[in-house]
Amino acid sequence: MIETQNLTKEFDDFLAVDRVTLSVGAGEVLALLGPNGAGKTTTVRMMTSILAPTHGTARIAGYDVVKDAEKVRASVGVLTEQHGLYERMKALEYLDFFGEIYHIAKPVRQAHARELLERFGLTEAMNRRVGDYSKGMKQKLALVRALLHQPPVLLLDEPTSAMDPQSAKQVRDAIIDLQHESRTFLITTHNLTEAQTLANRIAIIRHGRIIAQGTMTELAQQMGAEQRVELRVNGPLNGLSKDIGDMVTICDSGEDWLQYSAPDPSAINPALMRRLIGLGVEVVSLTLMSSSLEEIYLRIMEEDEAVRPMKSL
Amino acid sequence: MTTLSTTSHASEIDSLLLDSEKRKHEPVPSKSIHLTLSNALIITRREVRDSFRDWRIIAPIIILTFFFPFLAQWVASGFSNFLRGYGAELVGERTIPFLLMIVGFFPISISLVIALETFVGEKERRSLEPLLSTPLTNTELYIGKTLSAMIPPLVASFGGMMVYLLSLLTGQLQWRPQAMLVVQIFLLTIAQALVMVTGAVVVSSQATSTRAANLLASFIIIPMTLLINAESILMFLAPDVISPYGVGSLWAVLAGMFVVAVMFLRIGNTIFNREELLGRNLDSMNISGTLRKIGRYIRAVDDDGTPARNLKEWYTRAIPYSLRKYKTAAFVTLAVSLIAFIAGFGLGFAPQWRIVLPQGTLSPKSMDIIRDVLTPKIQEQAFWFILTNNLRVLLAATILAFFSFGVMALVMTPTVYVVLGYIFSQLILSGSDLGVYLVALIPHGVIELPTVLLGTAIAFRLGAVVTRPPQGETVGHAVVVAFGDTIKLTVGVIIPCLILAALVEVYVTFPLMLR
Repeated sequence: MIETQNLTKEFDDFLAVDRVTLSVGAGEVLALLGPNGAGKTTTVRMMTSILAPTHGTARIAGYDVVKDAEKVRASVGVLTEQHGLYERMKALEYLDFFGEIYHIAKPVRQAHARELLERFGLTEAMNRRVGDYSKGMKQKLALVRALLHQPPVLLLDEPTSAMDPQSAKQVRDAIIDLQHESRTFLITTHNLTEAQTLANRIAIIRHGRIIAQGTMTELAQQMGAEQRVELRVNGPLNGLSKDIGDMVTICDSGEDWLQYSAPDPSAINPALMRRLIGLGVEVVSLTLMSSSLEEIYLRIMEEDEAVRPMKSL
Repeated sequence: MTTLSTTSHASEIDSLLLDSEKRKHEPVPSKSIHLTLSNALIITRREVRDSFRDWRIIAPIIILTFFFPFLAQWVASGFSNFLRGYGAELVGERTIPFLLMIVGFFPISISLVIALETFVGEKERRSLEPLLSTPLTNTELYIGKTLSAMIPPLVASFGGMMVYLLSLLTGQLQWRPQAMLVVQIFLLTIAQALVMVTGAVVVSSQATSTRAANLLASFIIIPMTLLINAESILMFLAPDVISPYGVGSLWAVLAGMFVVAVMFLRIGNTIFNREELLGRNLDSMNISGTLRKIGRYIRAVDDDGTPARNLKEWYTRAIPYSLRKYKTAAFVTLAVSLIAFIAGFGLGFAPQWRIVLPQGTLSPKSMDIIRDVLTPKIQEQAFWFILTNNLRVLLAATILAFFSFGVMALVMTPTVYVVLGYIFSQLILSGSDLGVYLVALIPHGVIELPTVLLGTAIAFRLGAVVTRPPQGETVGHAVVVAFGDTIKLTVGVIIPCLILAALVEVYVTFPLMLR
C-alpha cells in the first residue's frame, strides 16, 4: 500500500528528506517518529503528491506519486498537522464540500458524513459553525474529513493531539477498526505510548534519514537492550536485592517488588528461582517486561546524535 | 466493508465508494473542459458563499453598489449644473461616463482583496493543505479560486453601474449615453477585474503572509490606477466613439489589458502549483544566496549545477549545455526577425514610403574623402562605437524583456530588421549595385547577425521563463538558472563575437567597401 524507495527531497540547498525507504502493507500501521524538523511532514507531503520528490520513487495504493498524482490523492486520506478547517462553515456543509470534490453522490456523502460524525461524537454539533468548535472537536472533524471518501491509505499527522482522553480513545478505536479492514496507516506522532499501542511497525527519522525501523521487538534487539523482569514476593523484600545482586542487575525496587535486568533472563531465571526458594522467599509473580518505546527511541536518537551531531543553528 | 458503516446506509455507501482494488482498475477519467470547470465551480461556490458571510467583504460591496452610485449621480448633476452656469456643459457631459467607470471600478477593487485573502489568507490559516491533498488539479483550483475572487465584486460592480445608469436616465440629467461607450466601460471593468485578480494570484503565490501580499499588491493597484487615469483622459477628450484618438482607442486599451490578463493567467496557472504554494515558507530575500546560485549556474555544465573545472571545460561543456536550452527561443526570434525584414522590405514598395536614391555607387571623389577620414584613430573610435552600440541595444532589450515577459526583446532588435528590409527594397528600386550592399553587410554580418539573434533569444527567454518554467522547476529556480545562462552566454559568446564582428566591420568591411 505504501512503498517508497530512496525518497529524497531537496529545497534549494537544504536536504529535507534523505533516501527514505519504507514499506507498509495493507492493514498495517506504521508510526513515523522523529524530532521536529526531522522530515516527517515533507515525507507525508510527498506521499500525498503535494511535493514532488527530488529523487527516488513512491507508490501509494499502487499509484506512482509523480505519474498518477490525482489517483494518489484520491486514494489517501490526510490529516494535516494543522487541521485547516473553514471556520465559517458548518460541519455538515464542510464535509459536503469535500464529498463533492471526491465526486461522492450527494445522498451517500451526506449519509456517510452523519455516520462518521456520530462515530466521533459530533452529531449534536454538526449544524454549528466550525469556528465555535473546541480544539479537540476540530481535530476530530478534520479526521472525519480524511475518512469521508473511505481511502485505502490514511496519513495522519498527530491524530490525537489536542484531544481529551475520551476523544483520543475514540480515535484510537477507530484506527484499530479501520486497520481490521485492511486499511493502511502512516501516523506521525510525538505520543510514544500511542505509537506503541497502535503501530505494528515503527520508523524513526532524523535529519531526513530513517535511522531505525522495525517492530518494537526488532528495535529493542537492534539496540541490544537487556530485558527487564519484575519479581513480586509475599511480604517485604528484607535485603533481597543484596542476596541476588551477584546474579542480576537490580534496576528498581519497592516494598514487595523489584525489577532486574539480565542479558538472557531465560537462562538465569531457573537458577534465580532455586536461590529464592533456598532463601525461603515466597514468589508471587515473575514477569518479563519489555522495553518501552520511549527508552528505545531515546537510545536510538542518542546513538545517532553521537554519530551525526545536529548542526548548531 | 467498513466497520464504521453501522447504519442502513452502509451497503449503499460501499456500493458507490470504490475500494482501493477497484480504484486500480478504474479507467483514467479524461479531464474534459466540462469536468475541469465543474470541479473548479465546486471551489468557486464554496468561496463565494464564504465571501458573502464575511462582513468585511459584504459591507463595502453593499455600500458601493447601493449608496455610492447615488452619490456619483448627485455629484454628476451638481457638477453639470455648476459648469452649465459658466457655459461649459461639455466638460460636465464628458465627466458622466468617467463616473460610470469609477462606480464600476470601486467594487472590483475589492476583487484584489478577495484574491489576496483566498490565496494567501488560506495559506496563512493552513486551510490550503487539505484542499491540496484532494484529487483536484492545479488548474481546477486556480480557475475555481480566480472565479470566486471575481464574481462577487463583478456582481457588485455591474449592480452599481446599473443603479448609476438608471439614476442618470430617470433623474434630473436625463442622460442618454452612447451605447458603445457603455459596452466599452462594462468590458473594461471585466478586464480590470481579470487583470487585478490574475495579478493578485501571481503576487499571492510569492508571498506567505497577507501583510507581504498587501505590500506587493501595490505593484498591481498603482499601474491600474494610472490606467484608469489614462482611460478617463481618453473619455474626456473623445469627440465620438469612432475616433481612433478618442474613445475608439479604448478598444486598444481593452485589447492590451486582455493580453496582460492572458499573460498573468498563464503565469498564474504555472506558478499556482502545490510545490510553489507549500514549498515556500519564507518571504525574506536571500540576496547572497541567490547570487551564489546564479554564480553556480554560470559555471554549470549540467542541470545539477556541477561546475566546470577550467576554462576549456566551460567552453566545451558549460556553454553548449546552456545553448541547447535556447532552441525554441532562437527559432521564435529568427521567425520574428524574418517577418520584420519582410515587413520592412514590403513597406519599401509602398509609394508613400519610397525614397529616391542616387544611381550607382559612390563617386571616386567621395571614396577619396572617406579614405582620408578613415585614419587608424577614427577606425579605433568606430570600433568602440559599433561594439558599445550593439551591447547597449542588447542590454536594453534584456532589461525591458525581463519586465515584459520577453515581449520587448522581440520588439527592440527585430526593428533593425525592418530597417534593413526597407533599405534593401530601396536599393533594388533605385537599381543600385546590390554587390556593394552585400559587401557592406556580409563580412561582419555573418558574425554580427547570428550573435544579435542569439542575444535577442537570450533576452526573450529570460523574460518569458516566468510564464513557463521548465518541467519540474519552480519559477524562482527557473529565473535564477536563466540569469546564470544569460550571464554565461553573454560573457562566453555574445561579447567575444560582438568584439570580433566590430573588428571585422572596421578593419575588413570598410576597406572592402572602399576598393
